[in-house]
Amino acid sequence: MATTTATLRGTVADTLVRPSRSLWSNAWWKLRHDRLTIAAFCMLALLVALSLAADLFADNVFNYSFSRQDLLHTYEKPTFSNLAYLLGTDEIGRSQVVRLLYGGRVSLGVGFVAALVNLTIGVTVGLAAGYFRGLVDDVFTLFVTTLNSIPTLFLLLIIAAIWQPGPFTLTVVIGALFWTGISLFTRGQTFALREREFVVAAKTIGARDRRIMFRHILPNILPLIFVLAAIDIGAIILAESALSFLGLGILPPTPSWGNMLTGATQYFVRAPFLVYPPGVMIFLTVLSLYLIGDGLRDALDPRIRG
Amino acid sequence: MRTFILRRLIYAIPTLIGVSIITFAIVRLSPGDPIRLYTFGARDITNEDIEALRRVYGLDKAMPLQYIDWLSRVVRLDFGQSFIYHKDAGSLILEILPNTLQLAVVSLVLQILIGVPLGVVAALKRGSWVDGLVRVFGVAGHAIPAFWLGLVLIIVFAVQLRLLPSQGMLTVGRDQWDLFDRLKHMLLPAFVLSLTGIANYSRILRTETLDVLGQDFVRTAHAKGLRERTVVFVHALRNALIPVVTALGGILAALVGGALVVETVFSWPGIGRFTFAAAIAKDYPIIQAGTMIASVLLVVSYLLRDIAYAVVDPRIKVR
Repeated sequence: MATTTATLRGTVADTLVRPSRSLWSNAWWKLRHDRLTIAAFCMLALLVALSLAADLFADNVFNYSFSRQDLLHTYEKPTFSNLAYLLGTDEIGRSQVVRLLYGGRVSLGVGFVAALVNLTIGVTVGLAAGYFRGLVDDVFTLFVTTLNSIPTLFLLLIIAAIWQPGPFTLTVVIGALFWTGISLFTRGQTFALREREFVVAAKTIGARDRRIMFRHILPNILPLIFVLAAIDIGAIILAESALSFLGLGILPPTPSWGNMLTGATQYFVRAPFLVYPPGVMIFLTVLSLYLIGDGLRDALDPRIRG
Repeated sequence: MRTFILRRLIYAIPTLIGVSIITFAIVRLSPGDPIRLYTFGARDITNEDIEALRRVYGLDKAMPLQYIDWLSRVVRLDFGQSFIYHKDAGSLILEILPNTLQLAVVSLVLQILIGVPLGVVAALKRGSWVDGLVRVFGVAGHAIPAFWLGLVLIIVFAVQLRLLPSQGMLTVGRDQWDLFDRLKHMLLPAFVLSLTGIANYSRILRTETLDVLGQDFVRTAHAKGLRERTVVFVHALRNALIPVVTALGGILAALVGGALVVETVFSWPGIGRFTFAAAIAKDYPIIQAGTMIASVLLVVSYLLRDIAYAVVDPRIKVR
C-alpha cells in the first residue's frame, strides 16, 4: 500500500540476489538499520550498567552510602562542588544521586524478574488453552475475564497492604497478576497454528502434546513474545513505581525510584529538584523498553515489511 | 439486539462471582484474626466474648459457608460495617462513587477529543514533523509515570505559578454547585488520568486512518472526483473511528486503576483514594466494597463497550 515502486523494486531485487535468510538474521539486519531502536538499546544498557555499578560509584566516586544520613545537610541544593550532592540531598540528608543509582537496581530487578514470572505463566497457560481448547479453554477464559475485571492496581495494592510482602514475594506477586495479556495473545496465536500442516504432520508421526506445544508451536510465536516482553517489563516498572510511591511496594531504607517520591509533598516548596530525577529515570527506562518493543516488532513481525 | 444484550448480561454473572470469590479470599486468607483486629484496644474483653463475637459474625462456620453468607449480603449491597467509620461500608463507597465517575468521564472525553484528532492529523500529514511529534508522543505518553507527572504539574501550576489548586475537589466554603471551582480542581487530575489514553488513541487512530486511506473504496471515492475533504471525513474517518470503541476496554481498565493513583496524588475524594486509605488501615469491609464496586464498574463498562461496538460496526454479527 504505502511502499513506493522504487522500494518495492529494491526488495524484489534484493531477494533475488541475496541468499535466503533466517528470521533472526533478517531481524538483526533490520534492527541494525533502525537508529531509534539502537539508541533505545544503548540507553537501557547504560541504565543497567549504572545500577549494576551502584556499589562501585557509591564507594569510589561519591564516598557516600545509600543509607547514610546527615541531618546537618538536609535539602542541600544540587552542586558540583561535592559530588555526593550532585543532585542534592533529601529531608534526612541522604545523597539523591547515590540513591538514584541503587533505585535503578530495584526497579530494573523487579521488572525483569516479574516479567520472567508472568511470561512463564502467560505463555504456558495460553499455549494450553489454545491447544486443548474445549473445557480447558473455557476455564481459562472465565479466569482471565475475571482477573481482567478487577483493576490490577487495586488488587496489587490490597495484596501489598494486607500481606506486606518482602521485595522478592512482591516481585512474584506482580508477575502472577500481569500475565493475562500475554496468555490471551499466546492463545490466539496457538489457535491459528494448531490447524497448520506442520502441526498435523507432527501429530501424524505420533508426537506427544507437550512436544507439539513446546517444540512446534512455541518457536513460531516466540519472536512476538520478545516484543511483548519488552513492553511488559516497562509496564511492570511503572506499576512497581506507583506502588512504591504509595508506600506499599519496596520499603525504605531500600531506595526505589517510586519510594523516593513518597515524601514528595514535603519537597514541593523547599526542594522541587528532588522530585524530577526519579521520575525522569523511570520515564527513560520505560521509554527505552517501549521503543525496543516497537523496534523488535518491526523487525520480527513477518507481516511488516520494508 | 435484545438477545445480544441479555446474553452479555448473563455472561457477566460468572465473572462477577469470580471477582467476589477473589475479593472474599484475599481478605479472609489474610494473616490476622478479624475479631482481634475489630476489638483491638478493648482491654476488658475475655476469650468467651471473642468466641461469642465470632459466632455473631459467623466466623465459626466453614469457609465456603462463610462465603455464601457474605455473598448473600453483598448482593444486597451490605458489605458490613467499616472498622474505622462504624458506618455501612457499601454506602460509604457509593456516596463518593460520583466523584470518581465525574473524573473518569471528563478524562474519557479529553482522551477522545485530543487523542483522536492527533492520530488523524498525523496520518493525513504522514512523514511531516507533526506526524513525527505524534508518533513520539504515542510512545512517550505511555512511559510517563502518572503519579510523577501529577507531582510535577502540582509544582509548576500550583506551587510556582499559583494558577490552579493542588488538592481536593472544592475550595473550602464554596458551594458544591460552583462548577467553575470544581472544573479548576479537576483540570490537573483529569489531564494526568487521560494522558495514557490520549497516547493510545493517537497511536491507534494513526495506524487505522493510514490503513483505511490505503483501501480500495477510498481510491474509488477519489476516482469519482470527490473532494479530498469529503473522502476523508465521509469515507475514511467513519471507518477509522471504529477502534475508538474497540480500544475502550483497555482504556477503561486503565482509567479505573489509574484513578487510584491520581486520586491519591491530588487528594481527590474518590473510591480509589478511599480504598487505598482503607487498605493501609486494614479496614476490610471498605476494601471489599471498594474492590467489588470498582470491578462492577469495569464489568458494566465492558458491557457498554460491547454493545456500542455492535452498534457501530455492522460487520459484527449480533448473536
